[in-house]
Amino acid sequence: MQTTHPGPSREPISLSFPRIIPRPKSEYGIWSWISTVDHKRIGTLYAVTSFFWFLVGGIEALLMRVQLSQADSTLIDPEMFNQLFTMHGTTMVFLVVMPLSAAFFNWLIPLQIGARDVAFPRLNALSFWIFLFGSLFLNFSWLIGDAPNGGWFGYAPNSHVAFNPTNGMNFWVIGLNILGVASIAAGLNFIVTILNMRAPGMSLTKMPVFTWMTFVTSVLIVLALPVLTVALIQLQVDRLYGTHFYNTAAGGDPVLWQHVFWLFGHPEVYILILPAMGIVSEILPVFSRKPLFGYSFLVFAGVAIGFMGWFVWSHHMFTVGLGPAANSAFAISTMAIAIPTGIKIFNWIGTMWGGSIRFSTAMLFAISFIAMFTIGGLSGVMHASVPSDAQQQDTYFVVAHFHYVLFGGAIMAIFGGIYFWWPKATGYMLSEKLGIINWLIMLIGFNLQFAPQHWLGLDGMPRRIFTYAENMGWENTNMIASAGGFLMAFSVLLFMINVVYSARKRVPAGDDPWDGRTLEWSISSPPPHYNFEKIPNVEHRDDFWFTKHPELIAEYYHDEHSGELTAPSGAQFDEDAADEEDEHAEAHAEEHHGDDEHGHGGIHLPDMSYYPIILAAGLTIVGAGLMTAVPVIIIGTIVLLWGLLGWSFEPVNDPVPDSH
Amino acid sequence: MAAATGTYEIKNEHGEVINTSTGLSNKKLLMWSFLGSDVMFFGSFIATYLVYRNRSLVGPYPADILDIPITSVSTFVLLMSSLAMVLALSYIQQGRQKMGTFWIFSVVVLGAIFLLFQVYEFNHFGQVGLTPRTNLFGTTFFILTGLHGAHVTLGVLWLIFLGFGSIKGSLRADNAIDLEIAGLYWHFVDIVWIVIFTVIYLISARDVGPPGSVPGLH
Repeated sequence: MQTTHPGPSREPISLSFPRIIPRPKSEYGIWSWISTVDHKRIGTLYAVTSFFWFLVGGIEALLMRVQLSQADSTLIDPEMFNQLFTMHGTTMVFLVVMPLSAAFFNWLIPLQIGARDVAFPRLNALSFWIFLFGSLFLNFSWLIGDAPNGGWFGYAPNSHVAFNPTNGMNFWVIGLNILGVASIAAGLNFIVTILNMRAPGMSLTKMPVFTWMTFVTSVLIVLALPVLTVALIQLQVDRLYGTHFYNTAAGGDPVLWQHVFWLFGHPEVYILILPAMGIVSEILPVFSRKPLFGYSFLVFAGVAIGFMGWFVWSHHMFTVGLGPAANSAFAISTMAIAIPTGIKIFNWIGTMWGGSIRFSTAMLFAISFIAMFTIGGLSGVMHASVPSDAQQQDTYFVVAHFHYVLFGGAIMAIFGGIYFWWPKATGYMLSEKLGIINWLIMLIGFNLQFAPQHWLGLDGMPRRIFTYAENMGWENTNMIASAGGFLMAFSVLLFMINVVYSARKRVPAGDDPWDGRTLEWSISSPPPHYNFEKIPNVEHRDDFWFTKHPELIAEYYHDEHSGELTAPSGAQFDEDAADEEDEHAEAHAEEHHGDDEHGHGGIHLPDMSYYPIILAAGLTIVGAGLMTAVPVIIIGTIVLLWGLLGWSFEPVNDPVPDSH
Repeated sequence: MAAATGTYEIKNEHGEVINTSTGLSNKKLLMWSFLGSDVMFFGSFIATYLVYRNRSLVGPYPADILDIPITSVSTFVLLMSSLAMVLALSYIQQGRQKMGTFWIFSVVVLGAIFLLFQVYEFNHFGQVGLTPRTNLFGTTFFILTGLHGAHVTLGVLWLIFLGFGSIKGSLRADNAIDLEIAGLYWHFVDIVWIVIFTVIYLISARDVGPPGSVPGLH
């Protein structure tokens, strides 16, 4: 059992490290944000940063749409067009959907599992700062006019120095490697947080579905991102030091790059979509006013997707010529993964079925998620068929498919999540009127842009071409798609107007504006720094909702057993009762994150720290040095060591002289 | 354990119930998860090596250059460092600081010897004409073993840090977990080397170039 403050017997003999900047203590001002370790503030930082990149990536998309709206357009030259689609894809995947999901993880996971922070608050801050610097590094390439131009998949040897001698792809490999470190660190943190820090009684089968999907996503991040790192390191040493991984003249194999990249790339697709599925699974039951239909199936389907996602990568390579055996195997596994996805869609519809539905903005976004994701999923199954894929490969049909799952799916769900949790995070409501207009225009604009691309693709319009000839018959359809793009941009503008408008009006939300189900709605809005004054005791799934509506317990738990309120929580559901017993038997007290915290009366939270940002800066400087000169690497290493040593010697909390 | 609510309660210093968990400490769970991540990292590089096995267009080929006996010695040294690591942790956990410190620095020394072998090997290969830029074997060999060496280096630095902590008394029985997770890392890096040694040295040491090719060594 830990003591509250490090005792005098331990502190004086420990090593120390000189502090150049004093540890910030104030909870206000810019330094409090730079040195924050509060998961809610870090979540906000993630959200704001990635929304900014969302706008940047959107502008890149609009420029391409303007170029493609007419045949033989000369507005954008081919090289610029290559840079635009490369950076649009890279930005939307790594700087928008992943970190926006991370914003939700940060904000919600501790709140949903009844914890006061994540397992490693400083590591959490480090993840954000590395992400921020990595994203700036990647986009710095625009400023020197040398943005990456080899596609978000960076196919070697096209991205090799022989064919791509400018600095653009160096920014890409190093930038993505920096971002990978951030993602892995965050993934590790959430795995530990979810496994170790749940409130008493919250067995795995009582976790909210969003928490479950975050867990599956984190496992995928931790296992998939290193594979990308390997591909990037190989390309990086090839480009910078003249090795031969992808040098075809020395026997390097272009297909190897595709295997390594897509072995990462396909789990990555599920990294992007599973958090969105989690968000939708939280929104639907609240606005249907009944519990999620088939919780166990939904969770199990999510885990199954996370597992099967590892065995489908070669469906990105059907036209490479891997032979009928490999193609058939991957075709079958790809079709099979539609089964758990279908289970989820069935469960979501089942959740709404017979519920008394309130069509709030969040709910409308969630329902459009189901519809759009189903369309995208169906065109995905079409690609699973090898002959059909051979026709669709590299056409706009594929573009339409993955925008239906990633925009119609992930982004729609994320917007729904923003409307849903905004009152919790800020304490006031977003305007529902503007919200519904925002949703409607986004949905119309989205379909206007991407539905016609199915036709364009089947008509043979290839991806990644900067223009097309007049007599192809693609002008009208492209013009419609471009108009849809601008409509989408307008809907995002409406969202920003809504944010400003609502911030001015400040309609108070109250603690629980939607009749919420999970623990985050049981505390004040915005939540206090320490989240929970008293750590809640969980008895049921959707515990907070059943606390509000005890009369419904019997209705929804009748088939489980009677006497719910007094039964041991670990034995309620047989799925993992045995595991749970083992876990608890071994459980001991030392894993509470704040071994030695102080402040806030009896509740102890870790002190702020500026070492995460220093460490992140050092890492980024080293990355920049790899592209420029050795002295820069040395400077970066010094900064990195400063951050690392300072971090190691810094106690989680400074000793407090007046012990209370 | 509060039987009334049916939950197994874990209380913090204020008597508040705090969590439901795996029973592993956060740090240990973090390290295990990280090692899972590192498996994918080394796994991908080893896969790359195997894909490119026997596909170099010019020499030197593995049969021309690999020396199993010498590398067996350095492999043995690295394996022994894992034994030292076990002893170090055991002594620190028992509160026997001096013995603990001795064995921590033994790990450091053994790890450093392994690294010196690697430096010698890299140097030697360079002199006889195999560099990362020579052929696919050189590229895959140097990058894979080099990144393993980087992991060992990181472990050595970490253990030096902990060794001084043990001398100063900030690493003691009550926070031996800090050494334990370093040990997990160290053993993992050791196991990775066993795989690398098997795959590169034991399995492919007799790989020669395609028929009619000129050995790179003269």
